[in-house]
Amino acid sequence: MRHLLSTRDLTRDQAIHILDVAEDMADVQTREVKKLPTLRGKTVVNLFFEDSTRTRISFEAAAKRLSADVITFSAKGSSVSKGESLKDTAQTLAAMGADGVVIRHHASGAPQVLAQSDWIDAGVVNAGDGTHEHPTQALLDAFTMRRRLHPGSSRGKDLDGVRVVIVGDILHSRVARSNLWLLRTLGAEVTFVAPATLVPFGVGSWPAAVSFDLDETLRSIRPDVLMMLRIQSERMNAAYFPNAREYARQWGLDDERLTALGPDSIVMHPGPMNRGLEISAAAADSAQSTVLEQVANGVSIRMAVLYLLLSGEREALA
Amino acid sequence: MTSSTHLLKGATLPSGAVADILVQDGRIMSAALGTSAPAGTTVVDAEGLVALPGLVDLHTHLREPGFEQSETVLTGTRAAAAGGFTAVFAMANTQPVADTAGVVEQVQALGRAAGYATVRPIGAVTVGLAGERLSEIGAMAQSRAGVRVFSDDGKCVHDSLLMRRALEYVKTFDGVIAQHAQDPRLTENAQMNEGALSSELGLKGWPAVAEESIIARDVLLAEHVGARLHICHLSTAGSVDVVRWAKARGVQVTAEATPHHLLLTEELIRSYDARYKVNPPLRRDEDVQALREGVADGTIDIIATDHAPHPRESKECEWDAAAFGMVGLESALPVVQTALVDTGLLDWAGVARVLSTAPARIGRLDDHSHSFEDGAPANITLVDPAASSSFALDRLHGRSTNTPYEGVTLSGSVRWTFHHGYPTLRDGVLAPAGDTAEGMR
Ligand SMILES: [Zn+2]
Repeated sequence: MRHLLSTRDLTRDQAIHILDVAEDMADVQTREVKKLPTLRGKTVVNLFFEDSTRTRISFEAAAKRLSADVITFSAKGSSVSKGESLKDTAQTLAAMGADGVVIRHHASGAPQVLAQSDWIDAGVVNAGDGTHEHPTQALLDAFTMRRRLHPGSSRGKDLDGVRVVIVGDILHSRVARSNLWLLRTLGAEVTFVAPATLVPFGVGSWPAAVSFDLDETLRSIRPDVLMMLRIQSERMNAAYFPNAREYARQWGLDDERLTALGPDSIVMHPGPMNRGLEISAAAADSAQSTVLEQVANGVSIRMAVLYLLLSGEREALA
Repeated sequence: MTSSTHLLKGATLPSGAVADILVQDGRIMSAALGTSAPAGTTVVDAEGLVALPGLVDLHTHLREPGFEQSETVLTGTRAAAAGGFTAVFAMANTQPVADTAGVVEQVQALGRAAGYATVRPIGAVTVGLAGERLSEIGAMAQSRAGVRVFSDDGKCVHDSLLMRRALEYVKTFDGVIAQHAQDPRLTENAQMNEGALSSELGLKGWPAVAEESIIARDVLLAEHVGARLHICHLSTAGSVDVVRWAKARGVQVTAEATPHHLLLTEELIRSYDARYKVNPPLRRDEDVQALREGVADGTIDIIATDHAPHPRESKECEWDAAAFGMVGLESALPVVQTALVDTGLLDWAGVARVLSTAPARIGRLDDHSHSFEDGAPANITLVDPAASSSFALDRLHGRSTNTPYEGVTLSGSVRWTFHHGYPTLRDGVLAPAGDTAEGMR
């Protein structure tokens, strides 16, 4: 793997390999000494054109636990926010000798433009681009599902036949897109639930079922996984839905819906959550919730990705 | 010094007839077989070449004044001559905007001084293209530039009442409003055609309805007030349907398509390569096919380039930050041959119509509409239809290189361009700058 730009490009074998390497990384995290020497002498740059403390510190932790040198380059207050182009920034990083660039950008496709360019030849990891993709989030979600569904024996497994329902702002969600492609590649069935205004145009040609009715979907699909997406308040001002109360009533995971879901289903959220809007406090803190596991697993997945991109080795850790 | 008398020997006219065309003192003296040439005539071996009336582009962005880092009247008209154009209509979205007699006269004078092609300024419909108040349409029409085409291109004249008034007012001066049809509210921050692909790529959609709804409104307004209306760069199958319907009702509407919308589709955007970013955006294959049929059946009257030069840094960046637009003057004829002639949809008489006589008629450019009759102004383009090659950047002669065709195999090559009898392009080589202006005097 040269770059990780999207989950749409991943084959089933590649995806399972990343998840298996992440299992090895997770094992390391249970040791007393959590640090591996694998990327000693390598430089990873976190290039964040868009604020995201959670994703940035997750990548930082992952790179540091692999002994890489980490430089964080945030847009705020830097030359990037003063109109410096992606090209100039990339050439600057190349001159500093970056081996890997983890890029978060508000423009869809920016990581691909960087990877295709001759501005820099570092490995590029997409840490979220516009409304396009967020591949490490989807990988950590799949990793989390696999561990919950196959406790202690998840290595080598796919998600064949697993029923996943993703609820919320599909239109603007790179998490939903990356999850759809990866989950389908791993054999899962995906249903999107959202008001019609938040369903992407032309979704009929995507390999997902679409429903506007959450209660009916919970009854008929009986999902193994219910993933709630964050709703941003500015969507109300753009007439996607009338107000927060109506949204929560129709598409929020409240206590009644949590009960209807049953104890064997898991509840996921990529964070940060709007408690009381798309997810109730009880649901967020319930036994079914994987919210904190997702955070922990994020570090393992990002370690695996950086390792596979930058170590030069292709075998999994022993 | 180039002789002012040329004999274009063995050229094939749009009608299919073979002719020896004698060009003298800026006029076509004869276009019959076996025309004899006076002593000192430069003979051009035109055997196998198609002679077209000089190409006329109703939609060119020359960028001067104000954006000279992208293009100037001189560099843009050099590109025009290289592409076989003898006249270009310069869009009004300059800095300052061409909304006064002073600016349009300046642009026209720059064109005269350059000498590579006739430059006809287009006047803005509204002051500063702001869509609020009519600009000095009468003053521009009656200026030395004699403006007949008015457009806020780049922006849509969105206010319905203002559009109605503009359509009515230009009737006074035999003018026409050229509308850039784009509902601004439906296309806020829009990046590409709205469809399954825009959703997948995470790029904000530019829905077809944002174009079609404006065209539908405007043809009804034009019918209501009995005015001429021209629609710029049709890009969707639905737009072709609306125009076809309007023409059947007798509305005085003319329509244009760009070469790129006749050849390229949105699939190219998978690369996020900003060279493919253009407004209106590249659409689906169904739309390309509908536009081609629209040209073939006459629903679409003309092909115009929407030549839109941008500096490198405006395209070497992430998609959202990139500028809209492509250069198109040098590639227009090859794209038209590739998309329409080679596919059997249009013959060379049709090419002469959509790239010369029809745009000249719409723009009231009287000295550019001819069918090689004796005495006609010698605006002539010679094309080698047998040529076929991978399009390379060295075929561009403007200041910017934002072409989407690099590496694309296109048929047809413009060999000679005569502007009022003066050869601005000579067997593929541009006349030296300075020479042209001299030649025109
Ligand atoms: Zn336009």
